[in-house]
Amino acid sequence: MAGSSAGSMSSPPGAPQATASITTAAGELPLHDYDVLVIGAGGSGLRAAIEAHIQGARTAIVCKSLLGKAHTVMAEGGIAAAMGNVYPQDNWKVHFRDTMRGGKFLNNWRMAELHAKESPDRVQELEEWGAVFDRTPDGRILQRDFGGHRYARLAHVGDHTGLEMIRTLQEKATAEQIPVFMECSIRTLLKDANGQLTGALGYWRASGEFIVFRAKAIVLATGGIGRAFQFTTNSWESTADGQSLALRAGADLMDMEFFQFHPTGMVWPVSVRGLLVTEGVRGDGGTLKNSEGRRFMFDYVPEMFRAETADTEEEADRWYTDKVNARRTPDLLPRDEVARAINSEVKAGRGSPHGGVYLDIASRRSPEYIKRRLPSMYSQFMELAGVDITKEPMEVGPTSHYAMGGIKVDADTAACTIPALFSSGEAAAGLHGANRLGGNSLSDLVVFGRRAGLAAAEYAKGRTGTPEIERGQIDAAVAAALEPLERDQGEGPYELHQELRETMQSLVGIIRTGHELEEALERLGKLREHAKHVKVTGGRKYNPGWHLAMDLPSLLSVAECVTRSALVRRESRGGHTRDDFPKTDPEFAKVNHVTSLDGDTVIVRAEPHLQPPPELAALLADDPPAGSSTATGSGTGSATAGGNPGATAGENPGATAGENPGSTAGGNPGSTAGGNPGSTAGGNPGSTAGESGSKEENR
Amino acid sequence: MTTADNPEQAQEQPSTAIGTSPLSQATASASPGASGSPGASGSPGASGSPGASGSPGASGSPGASGSPGASTGGSSTTSSDVVMRIWRGDSVGGEFREYRLPSQPGEVVLDVVHRIQATQANDLAVRWNCKAGKCGSCSAEINGRPRLMCMTQMAHLPADEPVTVAPMRTFPIIRDLVTDVAFNYEMARRVPPFKPRPREADGTHRMAQRDVDRVQEFHRCIECFLCQDVCHVIRDHEENKPSYAGPRLLVRYASLEMHPLDTDDRRSLLREQMGIGYCNITKCCTEVCPEHIKITDNAIIPLKERVVDRSYDPLGWVGRKISRRS
Repeated sequence: MAGSSAGSMSSPPGAPQATASITTAAGELPLHDYDVLVIGAGGSGLRAAIEAHIQGARTAIVCKSLLGKAHTVMAEGGIAAAMGNVYPQDNWKVHFRDTMRGGKFLNNWRMAELHAKESPDRVQELEEWGAVFDRTPDGRILQRDFGGHRYARLAHVGDHTGLEMIRTLQEKATAEQIPVFMECSIRTLLKDANGQLTGALGYWRASGEFIVFRAKAIVLATGGIGRAFQFTTNSWESTADGQSLALRAGADLMDMEFFQFHPTGMVWPVSVRGLLVTEGVRGDGGTLKNSEGRRFMFDYVPEMFRAETADTEEEADRWYTDKVNARRTPDLLPRDEVARAINSEVKAGRGSPHGGVYLDIASRRSPEYIKRRLPSMYSQFMELAGVDITKEPMEVGPTSHYAMGGIKVDADTAACTIPALFSSGEAAAGLHGANRLGGNSLSDLVVFGRRAGLAAAEYAKGRTGTPEIERGQIDAAVAAALEPLERDQGEGPYELHQELRETMQSLVGIIRTGHELEEALERLGKLREHAKHVKVTGGRKYNPGWHLAMDLPSLLSVAECVTRSALVRRESRGGHTRDDFPKTDPEFAKVNHVTSLDGDTVIVRAEPHLQPPPELAALLADDPPAGSSTATGSGTGSATAGGNPGATAGENPGATAGENPGSTAGGNPGSTAGGNPGSTAGGNPGSTAGESGSKEENR
Repeated sequence: MTTADNPEQAQEQPSTAIGTSPLSQATASASPGASGSPGASGSPGASGSPGASGSPGASGSPGASGSPGASTGGSSTTSSDVVMRIWRGDSVGGEFREYRLPSQPGEVVLDVVHRIQATQANDLAVRWNCKAGKCGSCSAEINGRPRLMCMTQMAHLPADEPVTVAPMRTFPIIRDLVTDVAFNYEMARRVPPFKPRPREADGTHRMAQRDVDRVQEFHRCIECFLCQDVCHVIRDHEENKPSYAGPRLLVRYASLEMHPLDTDDRRSLLREQMGIGYCNITKCCTEVCPEHIKITDNAIIPLKERVVDRSYDPLGWVGRKISRRS
């Protein structure tokens, strides 16, 4: 097939045109010049690009898929931000505490602090750019309950919040006329003779032609590593590109052993096994049950969360409407706890027919409520499994979902450990520690996407001279990329990928043991050898087999980072559970594991974990933080509790927002009481009105 | 699930004007038209009106366009096998190729395409991302009907016939099932962006849920571009593309125009440059929308009314002036 490398200099239709070229062994390649190059167009990449552009940097985005298809689009439940719209008791301190506790204190405390403080502004900003979140009865942004969050905190749009977010950011980037190189994959980062980052080499997926970028600063916002596992919520794009690019450029990764298995993925039919079922199902009242009909999560409340978790079904159910006098349902423990519990139930023989457990919202909420709050879940189960979730329980089980670990970054600037390189979103490590709370990823994307874009633009501004692109590196990378197409024999990329996924799923999965991790390393080593001889049929034009062949080395080296980090963490914590070391070991709370490359060899070293300053450490105690009662006067919660008699019946008042006649959109914030006659007028209107003149009648 | 369980689905079954042409080509096992586009030879139900394309019963079944038995030749299916006829080729030309593989329970079309990719045709080009109907990447024409491959259950397709998968016809072919959808992104760049009113004194924007329900419906669009694919204004009418936004973009305009916070006015643009007048309300777009957005009724028709109000309605104009004064 075509693809003579000297080929056309032109970009695909609609793509930005190159203004220069560079001569290589493979012929003339188009050269694009920018201040800031953002790799990845999910929420974090788009937000980074928008910020860099606003700061005046000449900015471009490169992404592997079409614009707007990145994995952010899959996010369902919502974006966590302590806006206090539903519970005025909520504030950044509570969010900080929840995040740190959810992460088993291994988070970068400064990132957790920035994230908790800034996410409300980022949500408001999305609204300013056109996002339309679900509304409270008084016309503000509605927030929903999620695992590990003390208060209803997730701004959301039904169960398709990610779609709203990526479309809003996409449209903003489009409105700003930021150039986007769609369906373009970056193969390698380029450096000059002094080791300074100068740009990147990529290829167009459609034509297979190579393309060179010169950039003063680069942001890696490439997402996760889920394609290393068999059953995953992740799309084909999650092939550890950014982590691998950073590693090979000499940057460090961190916390790679911590990988989140989302407790609720579909388990049946086989072809959709692993597909995400939003935590919002539980946030909106769904409960987990085993084959005996028992709400088993009550049996799995760990010591750390006992004080804040309900111990009877009655209290758990009451909590949905009364956050003050009742404690959280164990169904909404952090994801690591729930995933392990489900795993144990299935192992104990109390699973569902297809190897999961039951997630039941049908018996607890009305069909109208379910369809309104969870429309995607309704149609997903209806169309793919033939299950009507308003009538029968779902079958769910853990599925690989999210990498807490990633590229090691500075908290304030998102700078990697080598100059000119920045990273944000799932690709970066730190915010989530050992386990991420649901809803904290979308806020992560915009909080640290913005910071990465800001810092990259600053860096580019301060960088003098034009980065010098070295031809030798390009020649070598192009030759390596084309090799699989030129081999007469070798293994196919799909077979190798399948072996990798099986290896990681079975040996480096939700429960790990030392000897299995050793075995995984052995297998990964063999796979790396095989991958050097992978053979691809077909030509360079839109050839997924070739694309996969090029992605394999990235996946393999990052899979090795995960495995080696898992091996040295001889304890269980968050998204890392060792059967041979089932307890959490305080000694390991003092270290993060950092991985880097020495030649081809993955090196793991322990670095001291940064401890939060006393004033923040004080927020992390078992007792609810003092901040929770300072937001408003005492007894505020009773507005929610008493005022909302209908809520307990399962009709979450949030659902009624839409039907609420004449709430306050008219711009009469002071008089919200009138907008909401039925629900809370009977409560104590005075109690919370002090804050913003609005009452928190939602729950 | 059977379609009977789901009225929305049941409704969508019988249409398919659009479908017949790629299908007829498929069953004819044919050399694609001169242009190399798999659908090129077909005329999409001439007028493009669903009524015209009509005879829903007939066109809904793949058999309608030709006797599938004949077309499959010796490859009659058994209960344990599926036969897929997938268009392979590029902008120069191509053909339908047949792949046979064991059937597996619960699969969607995209699963089978992926299995073909992994076992028989490593280089089979197909776009996909989420495999959950959320990203809108895997659009194709399945048995002649524009659909998402990831949300089309094999079990809901006729079991005794090959399943035909062709690329969307309205867009230029890149390779196999992948088309060049740049047109949509170019039109998106021409949309005057959201322009919100100032915030309330307390720093918030207040909107009642009922006032944003409609906009949220439009925001459910996953940009699969199936509505663009099926729209007769641009399907087979390349020349209309520069002056016609298409249903997807009209939904986008509607979402801005009906956004309670937006202060811009895009009506003259819609009339003069986005070709809203071209749409003759055949509702083909609504029928294929996987998100069940009522594109025609809720977006396009109200937009048409607004544009007309502004442009051609002197009485309305006077009325507005008066009411504004009062």
